[in-house]
Amino acid sequence: MKKFIHDFQIVANRRVNEEYFVLSLSGKQQLPEIKPGQFVQVRVDNGPNTFLRRPISVYNVDYDKNILYLLIQVVGEGTRVLSELKSGEILNLVYPLGNTFSLPDGEKALLIGGGVGVAPLMLLGRWLKEQNKEPVFLFGFRNSGLIVDIDLFNRFGKVYIATDDGSAGEKGVVTQHSFLRKETGDISMVYTCGPEVMMKAVALWAENNDIPCEASLETNMACGIGACLCCAQETVHGISHVCTDGPVFNSKELVW
Amino acid sequence: MVNLSVHIGNLFLKNPVTAASGCFGYGTEYKDFIDLGKLGAVFVKGTTGSKREGNPSPRMVETSSGMLNSVGLQNKGVDYFISDIYPEIQHYNTHIIVNVSGSTIEEYVRVAEKLNDLEKIPAIELNISCPNVKEGGMVFGTHSPSAIKVTTAVRKVYDKTLIVKLSPNVTSISEFARAVEGAGADAVSLINTLLGMAIDAEKQEPVLATVTGGLSGPAIKPVALRMVWEVYNSVKIPVIGIGGIMNATDAIEFMLAGATAVQVGTANFIDPRVTVKVINGIEDYLVNKDVTDVNSLVGALKIVH
Repeated sequence: MKKFIHDFQIVANRRVNEEYFVLSLSGKQQLPEIKPGQFVQVRVDNGPNTFLRRPISVYNVDYDKNILYLLIQVVGEGTRVLSELKSGEILNLVYPLGNTFSLPDGEKALLIGGGVGVAPLMLLGRWLKEQNKEPVFLFGFRNSGLIVDIDLFNRFGKVYIATDDGSAGEKGVVTQHSFLRKETGDISMVYTCGPEVMMKAVALWAENNDIPCEASLETNMACGIGACLCCAQETVHGISHVCTDGPVFNSKELVW
Repeated sequence: MVNLSVHIGNLFLKNPVTAASGCFGYGTEYKDFIDLGKLGAVFVKGTTGSKREGNPSPRMVETSSGMLNSVGLQNKGVDYFISDIYPEIQHYNTHIIVNVSGSTIEEYVRVAEKLNDLEKIPAIELNISCPNVKEGGMVFGTHSPSAIKVTTAVRKVYDKTLIVKLSPNVTSISEFARAVEGAGADAVSLINTLLGMAIDAEKQEPVLATVTGGLSGPAIKPVALRMVWEVYNSVKIPVIGIGGIMNATDAIEFMLAGATAVQVGTANFIDPRVTVKVINGIEDYLVNKDVTDVNSLVGALKIVH
């Protein structure tokens, strides 16, 4: 799949909640096909503390309007700078990078996300729906104030929520959600993205229930294109690299 | 029309801009972004006698104006390079130079011997300066009798252009440059990464799994410039300048300090097209300065005071 480097113009910077925002980006060139799970490498600015590009999952793509959407959480200096961008400003991207998720054998698929890890599950849910599958979302957030765009996810499938403090949905972590104790017999695939501890618990649940599971990993990267070999991930086949062998891995292949 | 071509020993480069080993994969990773044929040369990933998995994660951390890495020479070994990589990359319209590393002198020699037989590999770069492996690597580059031994041994089996990549983690880099020149090196390249570390104060732990790593990027450029200038004034063989080059001006500074050619490394991670921009920028500089030959920049630093 051919990779590009292009300037994009910020069309909108929408604050989703106190930590998350969505950048809408429009390029001069027609966007290539971007697959669920793929990411972009964002050049933040020329600041000494935001030297490297930031790998960010693609949240959604509107091919008709030629707009790319990125859901980003403010976690450090780079994402803080990005959160302050205004319409009209320019952002340079290297894209599309990484692999994608695989299609489930059966109809129903469970997409489990935690925090900003819900980002790649938007494009995934949309793609599954287009493939006549039935995506179901199960999301965990710290509290109700951090819930993201439920109405948008709802277009593709039912959404279940868990929050750490019980301020929305069920109280507790996603793997404690009552949904996982019922209605799961016809799930043929589990996809997960979020904090590693959550993904490990999800993968374990999936393995115990004999359902294949794919996890989308996040890690620090330098190049994002397989040149520097910095984003090493141990797998049963030896060292893999998140940027080119991933970010999506079959959970059974991961040594984590 | 300006002349951009330079010579490194017997090796003719169409221009002085090359991609640094470890930062450019095998070149293929960058072919969506640039025409590799425009580059003076590509120094491909460090190659050892047998497969190496590299170091555990995390292997990389961003630092002010740079990054630390501890990849640790992950590669599939010289035989895999010859059977699976070389057939594809030999068709590039640029020189492919292999960076060679090992744990023992015998390993360096074995790799060099095998590469000597490859028609389209006109040079090797002996890596005696990798800070991220427990054995070999920098051990050879920080102890001058060892640097002499490994260079002499490889020189005996390697007929083409032999470049030795020097470590900055020494008191006097000129001493090492003179040592490998005496042992038969055709050129020296410098600097490899500076040994450094990063600490997570919250966790009170080192950030890298290996505790220490190699610092690269513009943060190291002033150190690299100083070392290139010192070495240029100490040896007769050509110097290849490396260390934090982000643009044409940086490359020109290295040439003024005495570099005949340069390697662009970490900058490729930020802008995959940077090498071609550096070439174009050097050409523009020469035109603006009314200079017809890039070689006239080499060591042209004017020290007035």
